[in-house]
Amino acid sequence: MPAPIRLRELIRTIRTARTQAEEREMIQKECAAIRSSFREEDNTYRCRNVAKLLYMHMLGYPAHFGQLECLKLIASQKFTDKRIGYLGAMLLLDERQDVHLLMTNCIKNDLNHSTQYVQGVALCTLGCMGSAEMCRDLAGEVEKLLKTSNSYLRKKAALCAVHVIRKVPELMEMFLPATKNLLNEKNHGVLHTSVVLLTEMCERSPDMLAHFRKLVPQLVRILKNLIMSGYSPEHDVSGISDPFLQVRILRLLRILGKGDDDSSEAMNDILAQVATNTETSKNVGNAILYETVLTIMDIKSESGLRVLAINILGRFLLNNDKNIRYVALTSLLKTVQTDHNAVQRHRSTIVDCLKDLDVSIKRRAMELSFALVNGNNVRGMMKELLHFLDMCDPEFKADCASGIFLAAEKYAPSKRWHIDTIMKVLTTAGSYVRDDSVPNLIQLITNSVEMHSYTVQRLYKAVLDDISQQPLVQVASWCMGEYGDLLVSGQCEEEEPIHVTEDEVLDVLEGVLVSNLSSPITRGYALTAIMKLSTRFSSVNRIKRVVSIYGSSIDVELQQRAVEYNALFKKYDHMRSALLERMPIMEKTTTNGPTEILHTNGEAEPSVRDSKHPPNIPQPSSQANDLLDLLGGNDVVPVIQTELPTKPASSGGELLDLLGDLSLSGRMDVKCICFSPFLAIPPMTAYNKNGLKIDFTFERSNSNPNVSVITIHASNLTEVDMADFVFQAAVPKTFQLQLLSPSSNVVPGLNKGTVTQVIKVLNPQKQQLRMRIKLTYTHKGSSVQDLAEVNNFPTQSWQ
Amino acid sequence: MMRFLLLFSRQGKLRLQKWFTPLVERERKKVVRDMTLMVLGRPPRSCNFLHWKDLKVVYKRYASLYFCCGLDDKDNELLALEVLHRYVELLDKYFGNVCELDIIFNFEKAYFILDEFLMGGEVQETSKVTVAKSIEASDMLQETMEEYMSKPAF
Repeated sequence: MPAPIRLRELIRTIRTARTQAEEREMIQKECAAIRSSFREEDNTYRCRNVAKLLYMHMLGYPAHFGQLECLKLIASQKFTDKRIGYLGAMLLLDERQDVHLLMTNCIKNDLNHSTQYVQGVALCTLGCMGSAEMCRDLAGEVEKLLKTSNSYLRKKAALCAVHVIRKVPELMEMFLPATKNLLNEKNHGVLHTSVVLLTEMCERSPDMLAHFRKLVPQLVRILKNLIMSGYSPEHDVSGISDPFLQVRILRLLRILGKGDDDSSEAMNDILAQVATNTETSKNVGNAILYETVLTIMDIKSESGLRVLAINILGRFLLNNDKNIRYVALTSLLKTVQTDHNAVQRHRSTIVDCLKDLDVSIKRRAMELSFALVNGNNVRGMMKELLHFLDMCDPEFKADCASGIFLAAEKYAPSKRWHIDTIMKVLTTAGSYVRDDSVPNLIQLITNSVEMHSYTVQRLYKAVLDDISQQPLVQVASWCMGEYGDLLVSGQCEEEEPIHVTEDEVLDVLEGVLVSNLSSPITRGYALTAIMKLSTRFSSVNRIKRVVSIYGSSIDVELQQRAVEYNALFKKYDHMRSALLERMPIMEKTTTNGPTEILHTNGEAEPSVRDSKHPPNIPQPSSQANDLLDLLGGNDVVPVIQTELPTKPASSGGELLDLLGDLSLSGRMDVKCICFSPFLAIPPMTAYNKNGLKIDFTFERSNSNPNVSVITIHASNLTEVDMADFVFQAAVPKTFQLQLLSPSSNVVPGLNKGTVTQVIKVLNPQKQQLRMRIKLTYTHKGSSVQDLAEVNNFPTQSWQ
Repeated sequence: MMRFLLLFSRQGKLRLQKWFTPLVERERKKVVRDMTLMVLGRPPRSCNFLHWKDLKVVYKRYASLYFCCGLDDKDNELLALEVLHRYVELLDKYFGNVCELDIIFNFEKAYFILDEFLMGGEVQETSKVTVAKSIEASDMLQETMEEYMSKPAF
């Protein structure tokens, strides 16, 4: 059989292939030859074949059938074989396969070989790809070699130990004795790898860190020697002696000095020296300066040194070299939290970097600019950032817009400025604004009560020009629906009011509805806005027409809304004004709250949300059924609703939910339903038995004449407290009742306090109010239950 | 530590791949693909640093070859540029005015040199002279075997 072709011959041949197919053919042919050669167990040419296989592997072809061959090469006595074998192992094997474990024994033997280059190659392989098991098996050998006087092997053993520790951290202890005089070495290779080893140990173990702190003076000395010593040709890089070692020492010093006053003090001088004396004309000097700055910022350095560090970063920002500018921005971003004022001094330079051509630099500059915005500079910074938003690539726009919104929210000098800034973002980068910005903005606008007319006017003008940017159109539609009356009335304090008719507003909204540019969500906003205007505008017929058209829309969402709104015009017209009234000021809650409403359709719609079950209906449904059973009677409806009805058509249920949504859930500070007791309704005693007295006080809602709010006051005239007090009530079917949480479950004895609880009753048919109540409590150790009917409601409470 | 070091041509052909963390073949291929696309897609006068997943990527072009390495967040990017430069210098010293063809035809030597300079993602030897001497000695060892066997090794 002819000798297999040589490696370089094969490479040359493959490179002559003109097409991928031709190359594949050559490779397949050669692979077949190699495979048969492997099968014949040819020792002489195994090395050559594996080398060729490695080349083909690099081209992207499968080479797994060579894995075992690599192992055979490793086991061979020839150095050439071993070299290729280990290389093949590193390229073809990975620790997930069991095959690699077969290497362990070979490596062990080679670690004890008489030739240092064989030992070196074994150490290298172990240090690059040794699995946890291999590391465990061979750690002892590595440790031995770490103590040898042969610097060639010692440096390799040190890095191999680093790998072992990374794979099996528990073995760290084992290497501790060998580290004793690692730093006494003169050989730079050993010094460098020793510093790496020490760094790894200190990073992983606080005990090791404490133990190695005593090395700080020695490290400082070594660093000093490197800086002060004259030209050393062996280690010189552009006039600096061994920058690799210098940087690693600085990094180790950083770890050792962090949080420790003494160590930090011991390194202050050398850091100052490096910071001031390092040559900055070439990249290598700047690499050292960069590491120095990072170290100064991390340890407990004195303030003068910190200022020096920030100034170095400031100088970096002005450097012609893009890499240096990038690195400066990254470092400043890290330090802006801790040394805010110092970084502020470089603000103008940072802002200039927004105009840099390099994409990476622009991004860093943007992040840093946002971090620097504060109450003092917000106007100027926003101007720059808005300009940036206008000019930047699309990949930045979403982040920039979000950043501007956040900063504006935190530092807005005035409401008008805030609204103007939002407008600017929406018109500049409207399509890139994130989805969650829309509800946040709506909430913001709602809360700026005095700016409503200004806002709606500006938004109206914006959408007259352009309805392609969805977030802008959504916010504008919502505002026009809410504040359309203000827009038409022409009252605007901040700006010259414009003359807008109802029809013009409806034209715009209808335009949004029909436009191809509008997304389904936007259409939903527009339709609901039009509906809301039915209570604010007089041209109700037009609105009715629009709404009925969409009752047969293909879009299911729109269709549902239109159908419901239609129903509002017809059967439930009496509820329309209540449902579509002005939105209250919303508190921003992180849990379910008004922001959730906004997210789905932008206003309080009479559809049910399961997640929004009012949290203050305490009684479970089983008790409700109890009440029903006990009280009998088909005309009584249980009060407690723990599950919200799912059919949107049942209007009574919705209204209750509406009340629940806007309820005084204890989280909202502003009550939407205004209570004014100017129609003073006399209180009454509903129950008085066995020492328990329950009084009712009344209030009527200003905005909804069908709602009565009853507050019960339970007091206890006996000597003993009444614990586990639970009050339940039921009303006839024509009423709806909601019970809020009681102030407490214990009615203290001797009239020392009262338990209060709020009941809300909806009485749309204005019928005589009747109620059945059930009381349970524990008194003197035994449980008490009682039922009663309450009929003596004063007429003002329900009429 | 350095996670990987890749050398690829302007057409995206891989010339050397050194992995310092365990990755399966499929993952390696993906990394190579991503790096090649990202680096080759950079506009001409950009800075040499990128962000990819949780790694810093440092790359430098030398003639027709891109040298690309992935670093941990804690590593010094500017120094990484020096590391890449040092490797190029070592190759240059060994091959004499190194070019891409040298690395294509002698890829195994490029690996051997790399293995004397870096190990486990860290710099092993900071002296150019020492690395060169080690390579020379290892090569001598190889040649000695060759002579003994009186056949070409491969």
